[in-house]
Amino acid sequence: MIRQFGITEFWFIVAAVQWTLALSAVAFAGGAVGGMAIALARVSEIKPLRYSALAIIRFFQGTPLLMQLFLAFFGLRILGVEINPWIAAAIALTAHASAFLGEIWRGCIEAVPKGQSEASWALGIGYYDRMVSVVLPQAARIAVAPTVGFLVQLIKGTSLASIIGFVELTRAGQIINNATFSPFTVFGIVAALYFILCWPLSLLATRMERRFAVATRR
Amino acid sequence: MTTTSDPGGRGDLKAGVPAVTMKDVDKWYGSFHALKDIDLTVARGEKIVVCGPSGSGKSTLIRCINQLETVEKGTITVEGIELTAGPKNVEKIRRDVGMVFQQFNLFPHMTVLQNCMLAPMKVRGTTKADADATARKYLERVRIPEQADKYPAQLSGGQQQRVAIARALCMNPKLMLFDEPTSALDPEMVNEVLDTMIDLAQEGMTMLVVTHEMGFARKVADRVIFMDRGEIVEVGEPESFFSNPKHERTRTFLGQISH
Ligand SMILES: Nc1ncnc2c1ncn2[C@@H]1O[C@H](COP(=O)(O)OP(=O)(O)O)[C@@H](O)[C@H]1O
Ligand SMILES: [Mg+2]
Repeated sequence: MIRQFGITEFWFIVAAVQWTLALSAVAFAGGAVGGMAIALARVSEIKPLRYSALAIIRFFQGTPLLMQLFLAFFGLRILGVEINPWIAAAIALTAHASAFLGEIWRGCIEAVPKGQSEASWALGIGYYDRMVSVVLPQAARIAVAPTVGFLVQLIKGTSLASIIGFVELTRAGQIINNATFSPFTVFGIVAALYFILCWPLSLLATRMERRFAVATRR
Repeated sequence: MTTTSDPGGRGDLKAGVPAVTMKDVDKWYGSFHALKDIDLTVARGEKIVVCGPSGSGKSTLIRCINQLETVEKGTITVEGIELTAGPKNVEKIRRDVGMVFQQFNLFPHMTVLQNCMLAPMKVRGTTKADADATARKYLERVRIPEQADKYPAQLSGGQQQRVAIARALCMNPKLMLFDEPTSALDPEMVNEVLDTMIDLAQEGMTMLVVTHEMGFARKVADRVIFMDRGEIVEVGEPESFFSNPKHERTRTFLGQISH
């Protein structure tokens, strides 16, 4: 039986935004930790560390996010680990975000002039303080805009988790569409909701970029 | 015993530990031979000016002394500690060797004061209050105490370089390295930096200075070193070095920079 699209259906879709946000937040937080580790490994003086990090980045850049989701979901099941879609999606997106943020932040760290590290070394400052007090604060300024840009990609990327059955915004749309068969309304609303999530972030990225540009011109 | 007639014996012994000794040092960048069989001893309190054409290895030479560059052959000893013997020694010696760069290399996200306080606090474990006091003392010395709370980008080049000197001095170094400290400056700012360096020299600091400021060399240097193609070609006291250079290459070089 085909249901009418009404206020209940509308709220069902809107409520699913929380799962999109939750998945994005988990993947972004985990990705920030993993990304920092990967970025630091990439600029490390220890060769094996550099190359392992590079291998991870290449794998995640070179395969579709959907395959990464499938591997996390079905792959772990084959290995006998009973895993629910929420955990699988969180693992896959965290790993994905770690690799991408790692690569973005590596670039930002390398954009800090070599002279900054040389001045630190010359003063006897060790690895930890050089990173924490000198290099990373300068890299962070450069990193803000591309990082927020990636967050927007990540939010949109969570829609793929619908395919392994995780009910977030896109999946909620599909469910309602299957019941009401009003795809234009349903997916119009879904798209609008993604836009409402992502657009302010894009604005924020632009604003911060401008503010840091002013701050460094000081 | 005849040795008792040497009242300066003990003093000489102490002064006898050189600030820097480089022995048979060779350095390659890949297949490029950047330093060739360098032998150099710098006595404590000595001021040495290094000159030579661009690409002759001057920067490489002084950067080996605090191991910003590693060497493939030979030994480098600073204040009695052999650097080439391991990374622990390198960490130890870097605290005691100050360096001033052509491009200043101040930390742009920190105020002048913070620039000066960072290393004493993080490396020497100095308290914040002490680091603050030391920083202000040296900013006074380089004659810019009023700029303490500004950011490097708000200062002129000459002021920035004086901050860089103060920042190095805050670590209370035994030896200072200068790599073309005035080459990136507008001409009208060169003297304020050189004057600061002259003050420092007069206070007895051991200094190795890469510069083409020959007035400074005449005034301050105990010895002038001329380098070309990775070799130390000539070493002399300023008087004889400038008035009577022995080597053809030195003469050619001095002829070029005086025009
Ligand atoms: N990191 C490096 N890699 C390769 N070659 C270098 C490097 N640094 C310096 N060189 C080369 O070594 C030579 C000496 O350089 P440098 O010590 O900077 O000379 P100077 O300070 O006298 O101008 C130059 O020919 C330069 O091109
Ligand atoms: Mg040089």
